[in-house]
Amino acid sequence: MPASGVAVGEGSVAPRTYPRILAAGDSAIVIELGSEIDPAINSQVFVLAKLIQAAEMPAVVELVPTYRSLLVSYDPLVSKHDDLVDQLAVIIDRLEAAVESASGVRIIELPVVYGGEDGPDLDSVADNAGLTTQQVIDIHAGVDYRVYMIGFAPGFPYLGGLDERIATPRLKTPRISVPAGSVGIAESQTGVYPNASPGGWQLIGRTAAKLFDVANDAPSLITPGSKVRFVPVKSHE
Amino acid sequence: MSDPAITESASRKIRVIQPGPMTLIQDRGRTGFQQLGVSVSGAVDVDSLDLGNRLVGNNLDSAALEIMLGGLEIEFSHDAIFAITGAELVATLEGVPVSPGVSYTAHAGSHLAFGMVSNGLRAYVAIAGGVDVPELLGSRSTHLASEIGGINGRSLVEGDVLTIGDILGAPVTGRVSETDESAAPSAELNIRVVLGPQDDEFSQSGIDTFLSSTFTVTDQSNRQGLRLDGPQIESKSGRYDIVSDAVVNGSIQIPGDGKPIILLADRQTTGGYAKIATVASVDLPELGQASPGTAIIFTAISVADAQQLLVDRFERVNAIDLEKSVDSISVQVDGEEISVGVAENANSQIAEINGNIYPISVDEYTPAD
Repeated sequence: MPASGVAVGEGSVAPRTYPRILAAGDSAIVIELGSEIDPAINSQVFVLAKLIQAAEMPAVVELVPTYRSLLVSYDPLVSKHDDLVDQLAVIIDRLEAAVESASGVRIIELPVVYGGEDGPDLDSVADNAGLTTQQVIDIHAGVDYRVYMIGFAPGFPYLGGLDERIATPRLKTPRISVPAGSVGIAESQTGVYPNASPGGWQLIGRTAAKLFDVANDAPSLITPGSKVRFVPVKSHE
Repeated sequence: MSDPAITESASRKIRVIQPGPMTLIQDRGRTGFQQLGVSVSGAVDVDSLDLGNRLVGNNLDSAALEIMLGGLEIEFSHDAIFAITGAELVATLEGVPVSPGVSYTAHAGSHLAFGMVSNGLRAYVAIAGGVDVPELLGSRSTHLASEIGGINGRSLVEGDVLTIGDILGAPVTGRVSETDESAAPSAELNIRVVLGPQDDEFSQSGIDTFLSSTFTVTDQSNRQGLRLDGPQIESKSGRYDIVSDAVVNGSIQIPGDGKPIILLADRQTTGGYAKIATVASVDLPELGQASPGTAIIFTAISVADAQQLLVDRFERVNAIDLEKSVDSISVQVDGEEISVGVAENANSQIAEINGNIYPISVDEYTPAD
């Protein structure tokens, strides 16, 4: 599983001013809106993506929003770097006003069976936190988690907002296979595995929701910029 | 002049007799879904893929077979047109050597077999009509790590049967690429890069090391990326981590050991290491042919220069004349007029009969019918 995004160390580089428009080679531009994991910066990334999408620039091929930057992939045979930077700068100037008027966030509810076979590590997470399993469930399901970005694997959400009381170290020995839909905790991150894969997260539950279906034109149930709400259920129905 | 057997849209298949070490179905990649964590994948040497598709008259988004190291053997169920491009290797059609860069006609039941590569890493075989596995998210490319595309997201195995798509328009055979636009595999590569996006994470000394040293491709390399060995590249802070953000084809990451990783087609969509530079797109195909031990030297160029190189290549490729290179004459056989011609190409000879190109050897003539 991925390590959490790591903030650049203090004093590592001279202070920068954002936004920064940088070349990522001859076919992409990255717009950095900050250097940290921060909900306000992340919100700006998604608003910026919407503005660029709405501008329907013919050269733009694909947008990849992440924690604090937006990658704009483009066809250099249609627009040159300098021209695209000028066009993007005009859009970035409108960002602040657009952030203020941005509409609500989509919330994706995932039914989760906590504990038992579905969450074999719930007890150890509770022990580690000095809480009952029910308290762990209440804390975990009591927050809406921001989907900062999707990466690492198809449909894998980087979620923010885990309550530090239930933060738990990774397993010492990763499992060879974790079932699809497993909900886990690793350090101060929580996440859900869209597909079966090896993994070292502490598993506290599982959702039967199909998170990623490559045969669907909208393949990922969870989309970047939305929020995830885990809803405790007794059984998978 | 077209052979009716070739345009027929009935069952057109190839069967895998031997898959070789790793043969994958690839097209130009699965773009548009990176924000959902879906890797682009696609041919690593896209120039060779493109050339193969042009030679057999396919659209450039058609899927072909990417043959790592060689060893593939396939059987055609139907009269088919194919072309081989990419890494240097010996290939035979029913035992008769076939040259790269030529679109040949293979008759139903014939076998196309590849030896091991002698230079480079990946050869491509394009077949008129393209390999027609289902499109997923707009592409047929195989991504091994996420098991998406191709056949169940895996490399080909013995006994796989692949459907070949319908040929659009008149079949194209006898196309010859005189100037091979595909990567010329080499033991030492000079790779042009655009510095950034995070070159300011590195000290001047680190940048100097990066641009003045010779790096070597290690065997810890695959379609996701090339891991290089060489001197350690110094960062300003002693750290190499950044808040994870998006990467592109050719992003050069410097992880904690200070040694570069060049990301390729199968890369994950995001990464948490600082990216010192990005490979100029025109030089990416060569990296797809870089086997372990290949030496790499990086040269920094401007974005404008990298984009001009792309424009130049685009114009050069479009100007290539792939029309028939065989001069044919018209002869009467049993009262029927047929056109025939023989020509030398690379390391083998080709014959044209009624517009179809066949490989021939000195004492053997391939078409059995």
